[in-house]
Amino acid sequence: MSDLKVSILELLKEDSRRSPELIATMLGEDVDAVRQAIEEMERDKIIVKYATVINWNKMDDEKETALIEVQITPERGRGFDAIAERIYLFPQVKSVYLMSGSYDLLVEIDGKNLKEVASFVSNKLSTLDSVLSTKTHFILKKYKQDGVIFEDHEGDHRMVISP
Amino acid sequence: MIKQEQEQQTRSMERYLSPAVRNIPPSGIRKFFDLVSGSKDIISLGVGEPDFVTPWLVREACVYSLEQGRTSYTHNAGLPELREEIANYLHKRFNLTYEPSRQIIVTVGGSEAIDLALRAILVPGDEIIVPEPTYVSYSPITALCGGVAVPVQTYARDNFKLTAEALKQKLTPKTKALILSYPSNPTGGIMGYEDYLPIAKLVEEHDLLVITDEIYAELTYGANHVSFASLPGMKDRTIVISGFSKAFAMTGWRIGYACGHPDLVAAMLKIHQYTIMCAPVMAQVAAIESLRNGLEEKDRMVEAYNQRRRLVVKGFRDIGLDCHEPQGAFYAFPSIQSTGLTSQEFAERLLLEGKVAAVPGDVFGLGGEGYIRCSYATSVNNLLEALERIHKFVQKIRMF
Repeated sequence: MSDLKVSILELLKEDSRRSPELIATMLGEDVDAVRQAIEEMERDKIIVKYATVINWNKMDDEKETALIEVQITPERGRGFDAIAERIYLFPQVKSVYLMSGSYDLLVEIDGKNLKEVASFVSNKLSTLDSVLSTKTHFILKKYKQDGVIFEDHEGDHRMVISP
Repeated sequence: MIKQEQEQQTRSMERYLSPAVRNIPPSGIRKFFDLVSGSKDIISLGVGEPDFVTPWLVREACVYSLEQGRTSYTHNAGLPELREEIANYLHKRFNLTYEPSRQIIVTVGGSEAIDLALRAILVPGDEIIVPEPTYVSYSPITALCGGVAVPVQTYARDNFKLTAEALKQKLTPKTKALILSYPSNPTGGIMGYEDYLPIAKLVEEHDLLVITDEIYAELTYGANHVSFASLPGMKDRTIVISGFSKAFAMTGWRIGYACGHPDLVAAMLKIHQYTIMCAPVMAQVAAIESLRNGLEEKDRMVEAYNQRRRLVVKGFRDIGLDCHEPQGAFYAFPSIQSTGLTSQEFAERLLLEGKVAAVPGDVFGLGGEGYIRCSYATSVNNLLEALERIHKFVQKIRMF
């Protein structure tokens, strides 16, 4: 991928609201070239979505997130993909990763409460034929996500004027 | 009554002061700082230091060293490992070769190194040439040593480069040294190899010493930094001063260094050992880590400065303020002459009416009047908001 595209992605990763004009200025590039690169990346699904990083801890809504280690028997001919798809199509599932190591899939689940997550695991996930075992870990607190520290204590301690 | 007497006594203490100290004019920046301190909701473009915190790996290395009990004095000239790392780094980055044992001294920031260099060489009456506008400490320290700082003005039309013609006019039989400070605070100007060649020729002809403050060496955009000491024949007559503050976002650690001919370094070490003893060991340990493992983080910061630099320069030009292209440091130095205000008026009114702090250019000496120094070491969102406010402010001034 071109350097321009990588630079654009880095700037959008920091703040997806940045306009093509601002990005072009910051990179010293032509705004049309930047616009075109963004369109291409949107078309190719390199840029999948412009989403917001949210610290749900600060919202009063109750919300539970769990990471579930899933061991499965891969399906002949389709490997892990078929079972992964059966899992990720559930709207409760936030992310699914194929992992190296002692289990196969890492599944992130969102639920309103502990009970909802537990019921999803026991009713939907473990009952799938190829699922051998599950191990559920509830997330107690998120410190950092997608490179963003939620409770950043490193404020700006500089004097407002210095030589 | 008693209070009055006390005040009188306090005032009368001035008679004990050295005239050299008494004659140093109060800092223009200090005055402006006091004004800014009372203001609320301002965005500051007045800060002369990185907005990044020191990279965590550097801080962590320091914490670890404290846990290990590394709290003692070091060699006067600094930890041998650190001097070794500095030598390797200068060689790789700027093609400078110094012997760690005799040619490098670790100091409490670049500031101490400036003081050491000037104190080591100056005899009362000596003249030191200082291209201006420039960082504020060279002239006062020169004066403290009984020397005379001779300013030579540089201009936006030359991108604030020092020219041989301008330098030549200031040379007298009393001229002992030339101070160079590129990349420049406050102008962002840099000097390339070709720019330095005619300067080097004059330096040679007039047998001058050169003190080059290269603290912003890592922060150049589009052109690599050239150290004056790397010019043919200049190494022995040049004291290179640099440090970790700007490149590695380590201003508060106060850690820098000076390199030069062994005779010069030995003289500087004499002053250093009796005044400072050694730079703080924890800062030295952190500096080692920054050179060994912090270079990638440094590159990331430099890239961020470059993006902001493009943003502010375009921003000022869009507002209708002339702004030369700064190629180094993290300052833009736009001209505010078209507003009809002086630097002080502009900066003061911008602060009070526009809620943006910038440093009036006149505090940086000759040629600074008519400009303001705007640091872009702050977040993109802050810069966008500041530019918006400056735009409104300038529009308002132009209407009346």
